[in-house]
Amino acid sequence: MSAAAASAEPLKRTPLYDLHVALGARIVPFAGYEMPVQYPLGILKEHLHTRAQAGLFDVSHMGQAFLTGPDHATTTAALEALVPADVKGLSPGQQRYSQLVNDDGGIIDDLMVTRPAAPGDNGKLFLVVNASRKDVDYAHIADRLPGNVKLQPAPERALLALQGPGAVRIMAAHCAPAARLGFMQAAPAKIGAFDCHVSRSGYTGEDGFEISVAGSQATDLAKLLLAQEGVQPIGLGARDSLRLEAGLCLYGHDIDETTSPIEAALAWSIQKRRRVEGGFPGAARIQDELANGPKRKRVGLKPDGKAPAREGAEILALLGERLGAVTSGGFGPSVNGPVAMGYVLADYAQQGTPMNLMVRGKALSASVAPLPFVPHRYAPKS
Amino acid sequence: MATLRFTKDHEWISVDGGIATVGITNHAQDQLGDVVFVELPEVGRKAGQADAVAVVESVKAASDVFAPISGEVTEVNSELAANPALVNDDAEGKAWFFKIRVADESELAKLMDRAAYEAFVKEES
Repeated sequence: MSAAAASAEPLKRTPLYDLHVALGARIVPFAGYEMPVQYPLGILKEHLHTRAQAGLFDVSHMGQAFLTGPDHATTTAALEALVPADVKGLSPGQQRYSQLVNDDGGIIDDLMVTRPAAPGDNGKLFLVVNASRKDVDYAHIADRLPGNVKLQPAPERALLALQGPGAVRIMAAHCAPAARLGFMQAAPAKIGAFDCHVSRSGYTGEDGFEISVAGSQATDLAKLLLAQEGVQPIGLGARDSLRLEAGLCLYGHDIDETTSPIEAALAWSIQKRRRVEGGFPGAARIQDELANGPKRKRVGLKPDGKAPAREGAEILALLGERLGAVTSGGFGPSVNGPVAMGYVLADYAQQGTPMNLMVRGKALSASVAPLPFVPHRYAPKS
Repeated sequence: MATLRFTKDHEWISVDGGIATVGITNHAQDQLGDVVFVELPEVGRKAGQADAVAVVESVKAASDVFAPISGEVTEVNSELAANPALVNDDAEGKAWFFKIRVADESELAKLMDRAAYEAFVKEES
């Protein structure tokens, strides 16, 4: 988690700001927004509660936008010129994780792309991008679209995430169609009286839902969900520790404009047709890395002791060669110990490879560990 | 129990018979949140005033713990190393970090009493 850099811009608030304050949240600046880092429960218990029951997250700071063109083929071709994922192959209601890549194959941002399920939405794609990158992303995308495809940001919409093994029970009671979605599927649905766009996805490693709703209705919807048994509000602190244990990247930390999707171990998000055909920025580097392997790789790192190694800690081979640096690290509440991720030279990326992490001038022994640290428990794909 | 005095870095110190006991304040633990790791100094370490001698880590972040006065570390709280959450339960009591032999009593006079510390915390927030 990074605090927003000092800037002249006043901090923004999501539609749920007053509710966060009323719930006793500690508010911090994050990506230009005043966001809840934790509620009175505290990060540790919020984290464990999400894995045990259900947590409600305000992710309204993220950028929601529609890409609209005359038909599916045209709109997807426009987006495929910017991302390495197979967007054309999405069926109605299917969602996919991808990256906006630059001409060098570096990652401008990571994002979720959804083909709306409604037949009337033919030619439309729904995008969710990172809060810290939305201005950069929107300018990048808008500059590269053909004349008949338009980017329409939807800043009036809020985004809630209901995550954890109890989430499906709550959705089944209030939104039966959502409870029937498979992992990475989405549909328009009513939750109570509220018109929502619901997807079966999230960023905690748990089963769960992301719910897009009009900002004007977000507080009432959040109150409805918080009133359900087993639901607690969860702040950005636990969101960060949950995604770290789940081995998921945080933009600006684990991925940036210098890291390629292959180095970042995101090759799984590039489908076969795109690997073969290319046709996205940086394809030369990305296809070369797919064929020959990247020079460095993002790996999980498990310190042997109890001391956490945090972002920026140098990673050294046992003989002292510098291998890279930790990009995310801290204490994993479900692991009940320190966990980290970072980049190492490819020769050292094999599971179990011993190495040292330099923390406060001391070498902490650690080894390359499989990701995720906590097994994903997503819903089945249907 | 001797009177507690406080630093602007949110340590407390209590002196008894030439030995000072040091910990972090209740306000500091509240700001840190759940403490998951502490690193304590070696017994025998000679610290200067305001030297970083220990570390306290919450889920969120790592923070230094500074020596409020100069002197030699005589004892560390091994129970704290085994159970870091004690800092959240009893910051100004059982969760002391280390003891230090007072080298220069005049350094103590510059530290805040509780009323001054509470005013400082209010001003800082």
